[in-house]
Amino acid sequence: MEQSTVTAAGPTPAERFDQLIAAGEKIEPRDWMPEAYRRTMIRQIAQHAHSEVIGQQPEGNWITRAPSLRRKAILVAKVQDEAGHGLYLYSACETLGISRDELNDLLHQGRQKYSSIFNYPTLSWADVGAIGWLVDGAAIANQVALTRTSYGPYARAMVRVCKEESFHQRQGFEIMMTLARGSEAQREMAQDALNRWWWPSLAMLGPPDEQSTHTEQSMQWGIKVETNDEIRQKFVDQTVPQAQFLGLAVPDPALAWNEERGHWDFGEIDWDAFWEVVRGNGPCNRERLAHKVKAWEDGAWVREAALAHAAKQEGRGLAATA
Amino acid sequence: MSTSAALFTYLLRLGDDNLVLGQQLGALLSRMPELESDIAVANVCLDHLGQARNFLTYAAEVEGAGRDEDQLAMLRDERGFRNAVLMEQPNGDFAHTMARQLFVDAYQVPLYEGLSGSVDDRLAGIAEKAAKEARYHLRHSCTWVVRLGGGTEESHRRMQVAIDAMWPFTSDLFAADEVEAALVADGLAVDPVSIRPRFDTAVNGVLAQAGLRLPEDPYQRIGGRQGLHTELLGHLLPELQALYRANPGVEW
Ligand SMILES: [Fe+2]
Ligand SMILES: [Fe+2]
Repeated sequence: MEQSTVTAAGPTPAERFDQLIAAGEKIEPRDWMPEAYRRTMIRQIAQHAHSEVIGQQPEGNWITRAPSLRRKAILVAKVQDEAGHGLYLYSACETLGISRDELNDLLHQGRQKYSSIFNYPTLSWADVGAIGWLVDGAAIANQVALTRTSYGPYARAMVRVCKEESFHQRQGFEIMMTLARGSEAQREMAQDALNRWWWPSLAMLGPPDEQSTHTEQSMQWGIKVETNDEIRQKFVDQTVPQAQFLGLAVPDPALAWNEERGHWDFGEIDWDAFWEVVRGNGPCNRERLAHKVKAWEDGAWVREAALAHAAKQEGRGLAATA
Repeated sequence: MSTSAALFTYLLRLGDDNLVLGQQLGALLSRMPELESDIAVANVCLDHLGQARNFLTYAAEVEGAGRDEDQLAMLRDERGFRNAVLMEQPNGDFAHTMARQLFVDAYQVPLYEGLSGSVDDRLAGIAEKAAKEARYHLRHSCTWVVRLGGGTEESHRRMQVAIDAMWPFTSDLFAADEVEAALVADGLAVDPVSIRPRFDTAVNGVLAQAGLRLPEDPYQRIGGRQGLHTELLGHLLPELQALYRANPGVEW
């Protein structure tokens, strides 16, 4: 009898949460979770979802100007995938008790962020290649780690997203390879794109561990499984040989293979520049957000019409059954 | 006109319709009323681009002059394009995009279904796949036209304005000349005039359901099949072609 009383009392919800985390098991929407965990998770998933959605813009900028019909179709499919990633991630976020409309408003009001990387302009066709290769590449490095994150719906969304991101990266690399082996003008275009996208791609993986306000708690909760600096090192190690294969120069004089560490050493990232972009003063912050808000506002009458029509249909359905 | 010359022009007409429409839809990604519509417009865009590539690749082979789909798409000027003028009409608001799409879909469904029975196996194969896509597009555009027509006062008004704006470019879809005549007799092509009744039935049906009407003004603008376009095409092509033309003879 005494034993069953103990069982009935069981662990408190907080204890159970800690046990799940300690055992490396997933937290599911129905599980109790600390309010701070929920808030952190909402912030992170929302930021990721917004990044996918805003991420349609820089590459979408080249759809009408793609240099071949094959490249145009591949690019449309890629931009479509990013919108799809946004959808999965908003759904994952909604399981935490916040609606897509609320998240959308928070983005439009500038109260939630999206990745700093999408605040740089795409100035040539090679930028489409560089984004696929470097930005999707960096995103994969981050997201592969996130497939092991502690919140179940987020981890599962990442598994799905990662598969498509690897396609994107391969396609981006293929664009870069075609350019690097093409005419002099094409090679220059590719090098210029690498020069402009290299450092922002390293910075997009987040501030260095000693500056990162969220890292420690996020690691404890199993939200983050690897630190920003660990992920960044992986990304550099995997990307430098690819640049060498392309015959393009990585724009970092400090880049050198470190035999002892078994990793590439690389130069100091300009974090002041990164924080300027995060604060809203990057080259394209204003355009990106304005584009998003305009699409939303222009579509207001369409969404209202869809709701009104659905309500009328429902009314008719009720009348018919009455 | 020889059969192969007629077939080449016919394939250009089919290809250019889809190329010009696909080009326009591609500009809409990230600008739609919600994320689901961004995804849907990308789907429709991809189908039209795929159809364009199939028709233009085949056109290039029929021509036998060593050109490929990209040379056909990127190196012809306005006067060389053979799309119906409806395709080059601007995206406008969501209602205009949907009105244009409804008319295109209501035309392409019977067209592709007819072409699936072409004696030309290659053309029949392309058309069979395209017919499936067109039927899906038609369901999608009908759904939206009915929703907007029967939604709010504003959506009804906008949808009617859009129908009125796009309608004068629809007869160009059915404007047949000696090209079709040469091919229809041999069972290669579909006579556009023969599919007009199915187009009318589909359009009238959905407009009735949506509480919308066709404009009374009978004016129609034709000429696209002969390369006599509205001025809009001359603005659309430079964007499509500039990069390709600036770098002659390279791979992308
Ligand atoms: Fe993505
Ligand atoms: Fe991606």
